[in-house]
Amino acid sequence: MKSPALIVAVKEIRENLRDRRTFFSALVFGPLVGPILFALMMTLTLDRAVSNLDTPLELAVSGQSVAPNLIRFLEENGTTIKTALPSLAAAQAAVRAGDADLVLVIPERYAERLQQGQPAPLDLVWDSSNNQVAKYAARAHNLLEAYGRQLAAVRLQARGISPITMLPIDVRTVDVSTPAGRSVLVLGMMTYLILFATLMGGLYLAIDATAGERERGSLEALLTLPVQRGSLIGGKILATCLFMTLSLALTVAAFTVSLRWVPLESLGMSSNFGVPVALAVLGVTLPFVPLGAGLMTVIASFTRSYKEAQTWVALVLLIPTLPILVASLYSLKENAWLMALPSLSQHLLITQLLRGDSLSASNIAISAGTSLIVGGLLVALAIRLYRREALLG
Amino acid sequence: MIEVQHLAKRFGKVEALGDITFQARDGRVTGLLGPNGAGKSTTLRILYTAIRADSGSAAVDGHDCTREPLAVRRSLGVLPHATGLYPNLTARENVRYYGELQGLSGEFLERSIETLVARLDLAGIADRRAHGLSQGQRIKVALARALVHGPRNVILDEPTNGLDVMAIRTLRDLIRGLRDEGRCVLLSSHVMQEIGALCDDLVIIGKGRVVLQGSPDEVRAATGCDDLEEAFVRLSQAEHAA
Repeated sequence: MKSPALIVAVKEIRENLRDRRTFFSALVFGPLVGPILFALMMTLTLDRAVSNLDTPLELAVSGQSVAPNLIRFLEENGTTIKTALPSLAAAQAAVRAGDADLVLVIPERYAERLQQGQPAPLDLVWDSSNNQVAKYAARAHNLLEAYGRQLAAVRLQARGISPITMLPIDVRTVDVSTPAGRSVLVLGMMTYLILFATLMGGLYLAIDATAGERERGSLEALLTLPVQRGSLIGGKILATCLFMTLSLALTVAAFTVSLRWVPLESLGMSSNFGVPVALAVLGVTLPFVPLGAGLMTVIASFTRSYKEAQTWVALVLLIPTLPILVASLYSLKENAWLMALPSLSQHLLITQLLRGDSLSASNIAISAGTSLIVGGLLVALAIRLYRREALLG
Repeated sequence: MIEVQHLAKRFGKVEALGDITFQARDGRVTGLLGPNGAGKSTTLRILYTAIRADSGSAAVDGHDCTREPLAVRRSLGVLPHATGLYPNLTARENVRYYGELQGLSGEFLERSIETLVARLDLAGIADRRAHGLSQGQRIKVALARALVHGPRNVILDEPTNGLDVMAIRTLRDLIRGLRDEGRCVLLSSHVMQEIGALCDDLVIIGKGRVVLQGSPDEVRAATGCDDLEEAFVRLSQAEHAA
């Protein structure tokens, strides 16, 4: 004879595969939309980041004739010079209106001041609240400074002083950040999408197990059967776990396919997000499944109706974001303590896998162990709640 | 055989059952009658072990409801007040699911389902999804799944709720059939007409206590009313005045 829990699980799976809403949210919406959107967004972001470096600096300049040497210097350094309206007020108006991004205004007295050996004024007009322009403005500013240093060196040499005098200190910047370190937020989003789709896969089943059965009026009849309540809820949680696993596997598969079109190397992620990495991602995320199923079932069993359950369980979908957000903000590195935090530990392990780092066996064990223990406790709590008389409402 | 003795149950401060004692014998239809809120559903819920009594005892075929809930549920077929089906399963699958959870399988289970499909006139809808069924059809399917394991005792909580005249007639025939097979049928109702003609024994309860019990004739005699409904109304009013 088949065990009652298994009978329940088989029935739940059959029923939910026939339910259009469950089917789409668990097996289509969650696993496909996330990875596709992610890949699209990444491609666009990377495209822009890469193209920004290659494009020549475009600078609108007014009063070009006043400073031919400066213009030549800028052009020699890869700047495309355009002609702008010949006044500071006009330049400001143009930038404010969005007609121009960056305007260099060379006033008439520039040449005169330069000849006198006085600081010659230059106005660089741009809108600092526009993120797109900041990079170009910085490049233009650096070029102008460099030109100024060149002039200073010439003047010093003319007076018989070595230009080195002007460099009393030499600050060197040593940047040890890796591209992967800088892309931690992006990676965080990816792990979140994986965990989100996993939870989404079991959402409707978890709600159905308690609030759904009660609202439909099928719960009481079910409880008149000669089956332990633990077996009933156990079977339902089992079905929830299977759906979540299916969702997870589909999500990872979708990522494997969709990320082929994303130039991952420029983010420092291992460019071969192939089958081995995908399987490893699946492996480290699996222990999260019973935890999610238990948590959603417990929350659903406190609610009175399907709608109420949906509201609360949907909030659960936000829970895995919190540790990931914190990890991203503080740039946390994996250690044994963090591995004890479910969802964060999965995030850190997946991040490592995507970076192409090797995982430590103890980290995997701690992550899986704590997730499974918390999951087990939640499932036990769900069973306990299912045994209450108040279950019938 | 269902035996209930001095059953009491409170929900918080509300006393749902004060003192309920009655017997439902094999081969007879016993009607549990009372106005809404009298304690009918609570009594039945204790019998099918969904909830526990605070004191007193209830037993089905000698199995105590508190100590041997699984044995009790095995010997019961229950149609609770809420008869929800699984909308994405067919009528037949709904019945089969219950059969499997009752421990039946294979040929035996399928034969049992076929028998019930024929008996409850479900052939036309057996393979339709439950969400498309009418209220009457739903109750028939719920009844089929309650009877799939051939229980000795059958509990029906307000079985005629939401049924039209034709469906009630079918249901009555079915209940008489179950009685004639020697089963113990216990049903509850707050509508006198539909139950008077059907029951061999009546247990009238009000405010969690048994007000009167006996055969329909005995109830008529005790209240001095020819009409069972009139008797029921008088008893209820007396109860309220008390």
